[in-house]
Amino acid sequence: MKIPSSIWTLLIGIVLTLASLWYGQNHGLLPAAATDEAVLVDGLFNAMMIVSTGIFLLVEGILIYSAFRYRRRAGDNEDGPPVEGNIPLEILWTAIPAIIVIGISVYSFDVYNEIGGFDPHSIHEAPMSQESMAMPGTAIAATLSDTPPDTEPNLNQEKSDEAMQDPATAEVRNADQIPQLRNAPGVGSVAPTIGGTPEKAGKPAELQVNVTGLQYAWIFTYPETGITTGEMHVPIGREVQISMTANDVIHAFWVPEFRLKQDAIPGRQSEIRFTPQKVGDYVLICAELCGPYHGAMRAPVVVEPQEAFDKWVQEQLVASKETLNQAIAVNPADLSPHEFLAPYTKDMGIKPEILHQVHH
Amino acid sequence: MTQAQLQEAANIPALLEEPGVRKWQDFFGFQTDHKVIGIQYLVTSFIFYCIGGVMADLVRTELRTPEVDFVTPEVYNSLFTLHATIMIFLWIVPAGAGFANYLIPLMIGAKDMAFPRLNAVAFWMIPPAGVLLIASLVVGDAPDAGWTSYPPLSLVTGQVGEGIWIMSVLLLGTSSILGSINFLVTLIKMRIPSMDIHKMPLFCWAMFATSCLVLVSTPVLAAGLILLAFDLIAGTTFFNPTGGGDPVVYQHMFWFYSHPAVYIMILPFFGAISEIIPIHSRKPIFGYKAIAYSSLAISFLGLIVWAHHMFTSGIPGWLRMFFMITTMIIAVPTGIKIFSWLATMWGGKIQLNSAMLFAIGFVGTFVIGGISGVMLAAVPFDIHVHDTYFVVAHLHYVLFGGSVLGIFAAIYHWFPKMTGRMVNEFWGKVHFALTIVGLNMTFLPMHKLGLMGMNRRIAQYDPKFTTLNEICTYGSYILAISTFPFIINAIWSWLYGEKAGNNPWRALTLEWMTTSPPAIENFDQTPVLATGPYDYGLEHANEGVPLYDPNPILSGGPNSVLRAEPDPAVAANPEDRK
Ligand code: HEM
Ligand SMILES: [Cu+2]
Ligand SMILES: [Cu+2]
Repeated sequence: MKIPSSIWTLLIGIVLTLASLWYGQNHGLLPAAATDEAVLVDGLFNAMMIVSTGIFLLVEGILIYSAFRYRRRAGDNEDGPPVEGNIPLEILWTAIPAIIVIGISVYSFDVYNEIGGFDPHSIHEAPMSQESMAMPGTAIAATLSDTPPDTEPNLNQEKSDEAMQDPATAEVRNADQIPQLRNAPGVGSVAPTIGGTPEKAGKPAELQVNVTGLQYAWIFTYPETGITTGEMHVPIGREVQISMTANDVIHAFWVPEFRLKQDAIPGRQSEIRFTPQKVGDYVLICAELCGPYHGAMRAPVVVEPQEAFDKWVQEQLVASKETLNQAIAVNPADLSPHEFLAPYTKDMGIKPEILHQVHH
Repeated sequence: MTQAQLQEAANIPALLEEPGVRKWQDFFGFQTDHKVIGIQYLVTSFIFYCIGGVMADLVRTELRTPEVDFVTPEVYNSLFTLHATIMIFLWIVPAGAGFANYLIPLMIGAKDMAFPRLNAVAFWMIPPAGVLLIASLVVGDAPDAGWTSYPPLSLVTGQVGEGIWIMSVLLLGTSSILGSINFLVTLIKMRIPSMDIHKMPLFCWAMFATSCLVLVSTPVLAAGLILLAFDLIAGTTFFNPTGGGDPVVYQHMFWFYSHPAVYIMILPFFGAISEIIPIHSRKPIFGYKAIAYSSLAISFLGLIVWAHHMFTSGIPGWLRMFFMITTMIIAVPTGIKIFSWLATMWGGKIQLNSAMLFAIGFVGTFVIGGISGVMLAAVPFDIHVHDTYFVVAHLHYVLFGGSVLGIFAAIYHWFPKMTGRMVNEFWGKVHFALTIVGLNMTFLPMHKLGLMGMNRRIAQYDPKFTTLNEICTYGSYILAISTFPFIINAIWSWLYGEKAGNNPWRALTLEWMTTSPPAIENFDQTPVLATGPYDYGLEHANEGVPLYDPNPILSGGPNSVLRAEPDPAVAANPEDRK
C-alpha cells in the first residue's frame, strides 16, 4: 500500500485538526443556552462536533481521493495489488475509535453527573415497591380506591392525599381517571430522572412547579402559592424542580433552550431539575407524539429576574382566585375539554379552532 | 467440478437460448425456486418503496409551510405512520431478504434453500400484509400513532386502524422469522464441502448475523404487539395506565426488537457492499476476518442497546449509562468495516460504474449517520435532541444513505446475474447523481432543525423554520424524480439491455460461476473451490477464472490464460465496450 509522504500527511493532519477545532466551536447549530445545564450540554456537543468533523473530513477525504486517484484507466485490465490485511493497521483503527468513544462516554458521564443524573434523591423517596415492579396484572389492584392493606404506612397514599388537598392540583388532575401505584408521591411510580446537581442532590429544589400534560395543553401549578396557569414563569438563578405527569397519553416536556427533556407519562410522575440563567421568553414544546394536534401543544416559558417573578406571582394570585371560584362552581369532570381548558387557552396561544376540532 | 471447470462449462454456449429464463407468469405464482422468490421479494418491496415514497413526499409537501394546509393533522399522522411502517417493514427488510434468497444458495454452491416451500410461504405473507396496511387508508381509519405505536396513544386513536397495523406487522414479523430460519439452516448445512466458513463470501456472513438477530428479537416484538392487541380489543390493561398498566413496559418490548431492526436493515447491505467494493476495485477485501467477525459483534451488541430510545422516558440513571456505553461500543465494529472498505479501495483499480458509485455513496453517507448516532448515544445530548428532527436526519442518513443506497448498489451489481443483461450505465449515473443531491438536500438541513427546536411528527411548526423546511421539501422532490431513471432503466435493460455474459465483472465468488441468469438448481454438479472469494490480483486466482471463453469480449479478463497477448480491439471490461 502506498502511503503519502510524511510531510503531506503531517500537513493534512494539521489542517484537518484546525478545521475541526474551528468548526466544533463555530457551528452555530444550537439555540441560546438558558440554563446552567444547557451550558454543560453545549460543551459536550461542541467536543463531539470537533471529533465528528475530524472523522467526517478524514473518511470523506479518503473516499473521494481514492475514487479519483485510483480510477481504472480505460483499457487497464490489471488487478490491483493483492493486499489482504495489515494487522498493525487494523489494530490501530480499532483502537482509535475505541479510545474516542471511551473519551466521549467519560465526558458524557461527567456532564450527566453534573446536571444531576445521579441524584439518588428521587429513588430514595420512592423506592420501587414490589407492586410497582410487578407486572401490570397486579398493578390493576393498586388503584386509588382499592389499595391493598399493608402494615407499613402507605407513603404514596399520604402524599397523594396531601396533593389532592391542594385545590389547584386537584382541579387539573382527574384523580379518578389516573390510578395511583403505591409508594410514590402524586401519581403512580416515580420515574427516576434528572435530579439535583451533585451539590444539591438530596435537597429539595428552591422552587417547585407541577406540570400536567393533557391533549393539547400544558398546565402549571405552583404548590407553594397555589397558582394554576398555562404559562410557566421561573426566576433566574434559582433551582427549579418540575414534577410532571400526564392525564391521557404520553407527552414530553422540552424547552430547547434548556436542553432538557422528560416524558410526562400517565400513571407516573417524573421529575427534572434545572437552574435558569438567562432572561428570555421561551417555548415549552411537547416532544412526544400525543395526537393530531401534537404540533400545537406549546406553552410560553418566561425566565425573569426575581422581582419580576414575584410581581407575576402576585398578579396570578389575584387572577387565580377568580378562575378558581368559577372552576370550583362546576365539576370539572362534567366539562368538555373545550370548556375545561377555556380559562387557560387564551394564555397558551392555542387557537380556539384547534380546540373545536379536538372537541369532536 | 472445480471453479475453473465450472466457469468453463458456464461459458460453453448453453443449449437453451437463454438458460435461466422463465415465463413471466412464474413470478406471480407459488414457486419454490429461490431465484424466483428472490426476485419476487425485490420487486414487491420496490413497489412498496414507491408507495412509501409518495407518502414521504406528501408529508414533505405538508411541511413546506408552517401551517397545516395541505392535509388535515389526522391524515398527516397517518401518512408518516404508514410511510415509516412501509419503508421499514415492507421495503428495506424484505429487500434484504430478497437478496439473501437470490444469492445465498448461489454463493455457497447449493441448489436451493434448505426449505424451499417454507421460503415461498415466507414471501407470500408479505403482499397481503402490505395490502392490508394500505387498505386501512381506504377504510378511512388509518393507524396514526406513529410506527412505534406507543400506548396509551395507540389505544385511544382509531381502533380499526391500529388493529390492522398490529395484524400487518405481526404477519411481516412472522415472515421474517420464517425467512431467517431458512437462511441459517441453508448457510450452516448446505455449503459445498470445500467451503469452510472462512471461505464464505462476506454477504453470507452478514446474513448469518442478521438472521440470528431476527430470531432473537422478533418474537419479543410479537409478544408486545399481541399484548397491545389485547389492550386494544379485549380491554385488558397491560400497557394502559387507566387500569394500572405501564406504558413504559411496551417501550421496552418494542425497542428490544426495533433497535436490532436497524441492524436487520443495515447488515445485509454491509454484506453486499463488502462484495461490491473488492470486485470493482480489483483488490482483495481488506481484513476479511475483521469484517466477518464485526458483523457478529454488531449483531450481539445490537441486542443490548435498546433503551437508548428511552433515555427521556425515565429509566434509572445507571441504566442510562449502561445503554450509553453499549451503544457507543457499536461504533467500533462499524468503524472497522468502514476503514476496511476504504483500505480495499486504496491503491485499487476502481471502476466507477453505477454499482460502485452507489457503494461509494453508501460509505460516504452512512458515515454521517454513524457519527450522529454516536452523538445520540451521549445521554445528556440525546436528552436535548430526542424526538426531534435531528433524529429524523440521523435515521434517514442511516436508512436512506445506508440501506437504500446499499440496495441500489446491490441491484446494479447483480442485475446482470439476475437478468442476463447489463444496465444502462448512463442512466444509472443520472440516478446516482440525483439521489445523492436529493438525499443531502432533504436530510442535511434536518440536523439543524432538530437542534434548534423542531420536534418530529408535527404538521405545524414555528415559522422561523420555514426556509430550511422548504429546502428539505424541494430536496424530497428531487428524490422522487430520481427513481424514474432507475425504473425505466431497469425495465428497459431487463428487456432489451446488452447481453451480459456470465461474469461481466470477472468476479470470483460462486454465483458468477454459472450462467446468467442461472438455470434452475444453479449448478450441474457440486462446485469445488479453486480460489478464495476475493483473491483478485493473486497468482493462484489466475488458474481459476475463466479458462475457456467462446466470447472473449464478454469475459476474457486479465486472469484469462487465453489473454497472453492482450488484444487491443477487445475490451475486457464492460466499461470499455463500444
Ligand atoms: C423519499 C425519501 C424520504 C423522505 C422525503 C422522507 C421523509 C420523512 C419525513 C419528513 C419524516 C418525518 C415525519 C414526521 O416526523 O412528521 C420521515 C419519517 C420517517 N422515515 Fe422517511 N423519508 C424518506 C425515505 C425514507 C426511507 C427510505 C426510510 C427507510 C426506512 C424512511 C424511514 C422513516 C422513518 C422510520 C421515519 C420515522 C417516522 C416517525 O417519526 O414515526 N424514510 N420521513
Ligand atoms: Cu403532547
Ligand atoms: Cu436504536
